Amino acid sequence: MAGPSLMDSLFQRSLDDIIKGLRLTPPGTESTFIGKSLNEIRREIKSTDPATKATALQKLTYLHSLHGADMSWAAFHSVELSSSAAHSHKRIAFLSASLSFNPNTTEVILLLTHQLRKDLSSSNIHDVSLALSTLSSICNPDLARDLTPEVFTLLSSCKVFVRKKAIATVLRIFEQYPDAVRVCFKRIVENLENVDMGVLSTVVGLFCELTEKEPRSYLPLAPEFYKILVDCRNNWVLIKVLKIFAKLVPLEPRLGKRVVEPISEHLGRTGAKSLAFECVRTIVTSLSEYDNAVKLAVGKILELLLDDDPNLKYLGLQALAIVAQKNIWAVLENKELVVKALSDVDVNIKLEALRLVMSMVSEDNVMEICRILISQALKSDPEFCNEILGFILLTCARNFYEVIFYFDWYVTFLGEMARIPHCQKGEEIENQLVDIGLRVKDARPQLVHVARDLVIDPALFGNPFMHRVLAAAAWISGEYIELSRNPFEVMEALLQPRTSLLSPFVRAVYIQSAFKVLTFCLSSYLKLTGDNASYPSPLTDSVPKTNNEGSLDTVACQSLSETELDNQNMVVTDGQTPFASLGTSHLTEESIVALVNLVETNLGPLAGSSEVEVQERASNVLGLIKLIKPKLHDCLDQSEGDKMKVEPNASEMVQVIFDAFSEDLGPVSLNAQERVPIPDGLVLKENLGDLEEVCGDMKLPLSTSFSLVKPHMVDATSIPEWQSKEESEPSNESTSLLAEHRKRHGLYYLSSENKGMISNDYPAAHDPKDKAVDETEDLVKLTGESLIIKRKPNHVKPRPVVVKLDDGEGVNVALKAAEVKADLISGAVQEVLFGNEATTSSRRKSSKKSSKQREVDELNVPVPESKNSTMETDKSGVGFGGSGRRKHHSHGKERKHRNSGKDKEHDKKDKQKSNHGDGKHKSQQRADGDLAVQSPVIPDFLL
Amino acid sequence: MIRGVIIMNDQGKPRLVKFYEFQPVEKQQELIRSIYKILCSRADNVSNFVKVDSLFGPDVRLVYKTFATLYFVFIFDNSENELAMLDLMQVFVETLDKCFSNVCELDIVFNFNKVHTILDEIILGGQVLETSSSEVMKAVDEISKLERSGNSIIPSIPGWQGR
Repeated sequence: MAGPSLMDSLFQRSLDDIIKGLRLTPPGTESTFIGKSLNEIRREIKSTDPATKATALQKLTYLHSLHGADMSWAAFHSVELSSSAAHSHKRIAFLSASLSFNPNTTEVILLLTHQLRKDLSSSNIHDVSLALSTLSSICNPDLARDLTPEVFTLLSSCKVFVRKKAIATVLRIFEQYPDAVRVCFKRIVENLENVDMGVLSTVVGLFCELTEKEPRSYLPLAPEFYKILVDCRNNWVLIKVLKIFAKLVPLEPRLGKRVVEPISEHLGRTGAKSLAFECVRTIVTSLSEYDNAVKLAVGKILELLLDDDPNLKYLGLQALAIVAQKNIWAVLENKELVVKALSDVDVNIKLEALRLVMSMVSEDNVMEICRILISQALKSDPEFCNEILGFILLTCARNFYEVIFYFDWYVTFLGEMARIPHCQKGEEIENQLVDIGLRVKDARPQLVHVARDLVIDPALFGNPFMHRVLAAAAWISGEYIELSRNPFEVMEALLQPRTSLLSPFVRAVYIQSAFKVLTFCLSSYLKLTGDNASYPSPLTDSVPKTNNEGSLDTVACQSLSETELDNQNMVVTDGQTPFASLGTSHLTEESIVALVNLVETNLGPLAGSSEVEVQERASNVLGLIKLIKPKLHDCLDQSEGDKMKVEPNASEMVQVIFDAFSEDLGPVSLNAQERVPIPDGLVLKENLGDLEEVCGDMKLPLSTSFSLVKPHMVDATSIPEWQSKEESEPSNESTSLLAEHRKRHGLYYLSSENKGMISNDYPAAHDPKDKAVDETEDLVKLTGESLIIKRKPNHVKPRPVVVKLDDGEGVNVALKAAEVKADLISGAVQEVLFGNEATTSSRRKSSKKSSKQREVDELNVPVPESKNSTMETDKSGVGFGGSGRRKHHSHGKERKHRNSGKDKEHDKKDKQKSNHGDGKHKSQQRADGDLAVQSPVIPDFLL
Repeated sequence: MIRGVIIMNDQGKPRLVKFYEFQPVEKQQELIRSIYKILCSRADNVSNFVKVDSLFGPDVRLVYKTFATLYFVFIFDNSENELAMLDLMQVFVETLDKCFSNVCELDIVFNFNKVHTILDEIILGGQVLETSSSEVMKAVDEISKLERSGNSIIPSIPGWQGR
């Protein structure tokens, strides 16, 4: 055995050899070299000679950490080597463990427990420190549980070097094994009074991490932190203490009063930028109601903004962004600096500046700011240009376009934005254009105008980012064709040859829009001609028949002859565009026939398209044309001869077209939804009736406050919205399948999907109701919204800010997962800080715990006094109603009872003051619960 | 908390990789690549902070600094101060400089274990332990001594292996 291992040792390559070899291998062949080395290592690592093994493991760790080689197979060797007597071997073994072990899956971790325990109790501080740092890297619940006693001992080690590492390790142990809190917490708190800066810094750092997750549990330690804040002069410690207070102050308002002064003092005194910045951040996040401090902080921010160091400038802008949330004046004061930063070379700075500029947006300056930003966007590189555009879109659409009052301006602006060469925000612009179309009735004429300009421009097809915008423009042109000045022109634009450049998806929208335009033209033509004649009466029965026969006929025989005809017509249309000059008022038979022919020629080939969407829609249009065309020809022929004969035909056709209209356009048409009857027993109407009343009340004050635009907005909102809501409601169930289908086919159905979803979203619109107690307040909120929004019910889906909503939800989910752990820790913390009553308090925090669990908790409370207080908190909680507040209060109470004799004295004093005669514990508590619930939380600190 | 420390050269080759929360090695390599991509796209005279929410989750930032051919990268979250991280990086670099007298990339390349030892004295489990480079030096020297003495006890030959 000694033989091979000696040979291995003699000829073993060291880590240096491997590194040199790797540096010499020609690029591209590293993996072969690594593979070869790994084979060597596999052999060497089995050696019984610890030195050989150590070198092999060292090489493996290197290849793993820097070259991504797998070393999970070697975990046991790490464990084995860790028991080596030589510190260097041990170090290699533990390094390999901490770099490669997965705490959740590496099974041999448990085999390390014994060795770690041994090393944690070693007399050599470097063995101990190595074990601590390994433990914090690979800690899992089992290790944490088994080694808590050793770490606990080290927490009071007289060697600072070890003690601070033990404190740092405790964080991981708490995370993995919350019960350790019960053991260690007290000793950790004791370390807060340590004079050694190293220890103090680590322990404050530990609390900083802990407060990050669940600040409330650490409120009772505020006096200790305060002492450090006032006495300590170490920047590292102060930064962490500031971070802790930034979390605690929002929970205990009176804390702010106390800390604002020392923090301002530090800010004025310190020369260290890091500390100064932390002071600024703490003030602007948590002490924003203290004007003097904020002013001081803003002054400091200005200094940072003027600094040449881009880091400071960047952080200054970040801090300013925080200030902006509550003290917008600070941004306005530094407006020039911010705008100047927009053209900084640094992307970070530019982005922060952009964010700030957007935070300044209000209804008064939105046009101005957008103008500045667009000119900035035109100067910028494509990436930042799109950042700017994205921010503009987001801000303007925020809260249902609340900053936009001149929608005509905004839709024109959107049209221009789409044409910016680098613009990649087509989808967003598409959404907003359609969305505004749906919501803002008054904007539609301008919207149609903008859409026309977009659709008609053949140059735009070249830019793929434009296609989504074009889809919106096409949809708008089709949907609101009645507002168009020249439907024929729109039709031509929708059918222009370059549409072949569009994706099938967008193309389908184009075809459908053409369909709408066609039906519109036909029906208005027929109405025109029908005016003279009596409207259809007898033929209702025959209509479906005609449908069938017509389609059969056309499929069978007419196709050939028609295409011939079309070809002729094409020449005409391409050459002269005969109807371009015709307005709706100039509907003539010729123009209609030419229009029909144009459509047929252009869509004919698409009926054979390989794209289902395109094919289907083209076929729909062609089907209609085939139905109508013969009749149109009849019209033509007959009109030349005998006017009287036209009428029956025309009236029949009106029927056919209207059938086609309602059948095909139903789901898309805005009106179609409104035709759905209201089912019985729908309560929504009443509710909305109330809403309208409130709306009526609201009209006056609001319309006076917002001049110009407001009055007609009021008209537009209250009534149509009310109607659409009410009437679309019933469609919910019956259209659920349809909605599914629409969802799948996306874009074209956008509008109608919204419609379909109205009913689903309806509760969401009333969302505040769930939380708010006051119903009137609720309604005021709603009406406030509806005054701005034209069609609120539609808002939920296409609203660009949906992204935001998703984010919010995502965060919530993530937080929940984290909270569970934090909860366990803080639960334990409270138990330590307040004894048994912590069980009550942990219940308060977690809605996760079942009510059963709560009962158990209550029963478990052994000390009579604490039981008393448990009941107390419950009662007072009920008194407060709002659940959020209740937590707050009950918490404060618990504190009161937990704390030492001092508190009780304090209690007694309060009792005397609150002079409710009965002087009973209970009532007293309730009384001061209202006013100064939390006074006992940090009693010695406040008195 | 500090989430990770990375040293890589201007070619994107990692020289030191330490994550304080377990990351599978493939993920590590991927993160290093993404970080390198971000860093090499940045000009010289710009700020040193980068938001890396997309790589590490909400509120995680990194600060980087170039020293000769090396990028030093600290990844950290909300509970650290940005400027303090820059200072800490300075401490780390200073210590390396003292340890290897005029540190260069090669020193870091060939002293994989020692660089880890140094880092472990400065940061433990993502928390800042020591901010004085001389204290760190003291500990590292002691450890080196300990390693040497330990090796002499056990008869072995690594002594001349390196040569």
